[in-house]
Amino acid sequence: MNTQIATFLSKRRNWAIPYTVFMFVFVVMPLVLIFWYGFTDADGTLTLANFKKFVTSSEAVNTFVYSIGIAVITTLVCLLLGYPAAYILSRADLNASRTMVVLFILPMWINILIRTLATVALFDFLNLPLGEGALIFGMVYNFLPFMIYPIYNTLQKMDTNLIEAAQDLGANPFQVFTKTIFPLSVPGITSGVVMVFMPTVSTFAIAELLTINNIKLFGTTVQESINNGMWNYGAALSLIMLLLIGVTILFSSDSNNSNEGGVL
Amino acid sequence: MQKCDSIIEIKHVSKYFGEKAVLDDVNMCISKGEFVTILGPSGRGKTTLLRLIAGFQSATSGEITIAGRDITQTPPHKRPVNTVFQKYALFPHLNVFDNIAFGLKLKKLPSSLIEQKMKHALKMVGMTGYEYRDVDSLSGGQQQRVAIARAIVNEPEVLLLDEPLAALDLKMRKDMQMELKEMHRSLGITFVYVTHDQEEALTLSDTIVVMSEGKIQQISTPIDIYNEPVNSFVADFIGESNILNGMMIKDREVSFAGHCFECVDTGFGEMSPVDVVIRPEDIILFDPNENAPLTGQVASCVFKGVHYEMAIVNNGGYEFLVQNYHSYEVGSQVGMMIKPTEIHVMKKERMYNTLEGKLIDATHVEFLGTQFACSEVTGIEPGAEVWVEVDFHNVILEDNEEDGDLTGEVTFILYKGNHYHLTVWTDWDENIFVDTHDVWDDGDRVGITIPAEYIRVIKK
Repeated sequence: MNTQIATFLSKRRNWAIPYTVFMFVFVVMPLVLIFWYGFTDADGTLTLANFKKFVTSSEAVNTFVYSIGIAVITTLVCLLLGYPAAYILSRADLNASRTMVVLFILPMWINILIRTLATVALFDFLNLPLGEGALIFGMVYNFLPFMIYPIYNTLQKMDTNLIEAAQDLGANPFQVFTKTIFPLSVPGITSGVVMVFMPTVSTFAIAELLTINNIKLFGTTVQESINNGMWNYGAALSLIMLLLIGVTILFSSDSNNSNEGGVL
Repeated sequence: MQKCDSIIEIKHVSKYFGEKAVLDDVNMCISKGEFVTILGPSGRGKTTLLRLIAGFQSATSGEITIAGRDITQTPPHKRPVNTVFQKYALFPHLNVFDNIAFGLKLKKLPSSLIEQKMKHALKMVGMTGYEYRDVDSLSGGQQQRVAIARAIVNEPEVLLLDEPLAALDLKMRKDMQMELKEMHRSLGITFVYVTHDQEEALTLSDTIVVMSEGKIQQISTPIDIYNEPVNSFVADFIGESNILNGMMIKDREVSFAGHCFECVDTGFGEMSPVDVVIRPEDIILFDPNENAPLTGQVASCVFKGVHYEMAIVNNGGYEFLVQNYHSYEVGSQVGMMIKPTEIHVMKKERMYNTLEGKLIDATHVEFLGTQFACSEVTGIEPGAEVWVEVDFHNVILEDNEEDGDLTGEVTFILYKGNHYHLTVWTDWDENIFVDTHDVWDDGDRVGITIPAEYIRVIKK
């Protein structure tokens, strides 16, 4: 008996069993269930009605488009704020930049809901109205580190010889940036964009808190459907969101084969 | 400093990184169209000098002019030079065409002209047909060719090459050396080439600049550098050599290894200590007879392809490295002869260590940042600045750093036939020179002690 256990444990493959079971129960099964619910009705017959309902409901489509719009704006603002920050950090001397990077990332140690509640309190304290502006502010505040870090990573690892080579060939500081540094940091940018776009497009808690439930995002729609017992419709909406995120990742890994982003 | 029809002039250039001088008052002048090689051990300032010329770093003091124009403060993109980097530094986001056209596009040349120049440059480096290849798909040698094309396509007045062949394998390196030489001839522009490979320097250059410790040791043609090295560092660094302590008896007569030899050098004065350099191929071997000026026993014999390399120990215990087309059996006696013209005599840079110090009291002196006990000093006030002299063989090196009065690192080893002459860079950032029979390695950390009775204190 003991020897049987010993041989069983000696095979490295067997050590993977708990992980395989975990993955099956918590990743594969839920996905299969979502697909199943998405393509069936309440009685369990196969149908595309759920998707039809989404396409024909102008409210749902509007929310979807609006969510994408908010996510795009958030991502753009993060990029505009994050790139210069990452650039400055990567040029600062090592100790100073390490400290700064830690300071940027430090807020992520605190739970996202607590941070958002704090933002609500801050807006109240400053007598600022909650709403679309607060929503974008809150999302930028929450997801900015995800933009800075991958860009900082690529910029920091960039071979200084390449910058010198560009100078040597006659590029002035502005041209060095546009022709060398920026194109070479694209992998970091794509990483950052995906890291910010993905969570912002599917968020609902932040939207609820920062707009006092006035603005509905797509994530909210999904959550409401499921809360109201419309499992099949909710699953179909989830699938649409999954598709959107899948396309984003596909697009980013296409333009980034070198994996220099580091985070993804 | 030589006078010349110069394109680059470097005047009193120093570069400090913190306290440490990487370049120390460097003066040189490079003629138009010359192939100049800056040669020296790794990390001793030669790359820094090239980077100062390219403009990537700025000199702490001094002046650099190119074609008569002071460019000390000019940013790199406005200098009429182009660089070939050691690790190629090709832009990974551009293909071969766009890499080469990078400089031309910045100059806003018409695209037909760019294409024409780019094709010409590719042809020059033997890479025609590779225009649209991804640079990552090229081998090391091909990447370096593209890097060279990218530099020469801009038609710079000076091409700077920073160890461009160091990353290539031997065969490829030899081929590229020949191509570079050919390229230099056909382009007619000035090449400034940095390398630590002495053979490469001898092969390629019109002029070699030997650098060490941030200073220029010698500027000469390859033949003169090889045949007439100015000091033992150059002699040791370029090619193989026997370097021995000698004594110049009078003009045209020098003694070393226990014998007097006729030589061709004059002007050293009578009875003055010198270093003697003899190249291993210049020692003639024959069966021993009573006329032989030197006899010795073959200690080892190794076949090297074209010749045999033998270590021969003479009766006085001096070891000679000899190259000969014929081998002599290990253990056999041989006679050795050296022609007067093949004995190269160099002035000794120093006879003993001379260090700045301060007398603490009658029996203690401080130098190299450390207090040493010394024999009783009379006639000098305590607290006075003094010179401290220590003979090379009286400095003792210890394996354990803790056993020494101060610590340092062995930076240069010179074999002098029967002992080693070491340069030790102390942690006080000053050199101390040591003669020893023990074998040490480059980079060894050592403790240093000096017995009190061997410290000579001299009034300043």
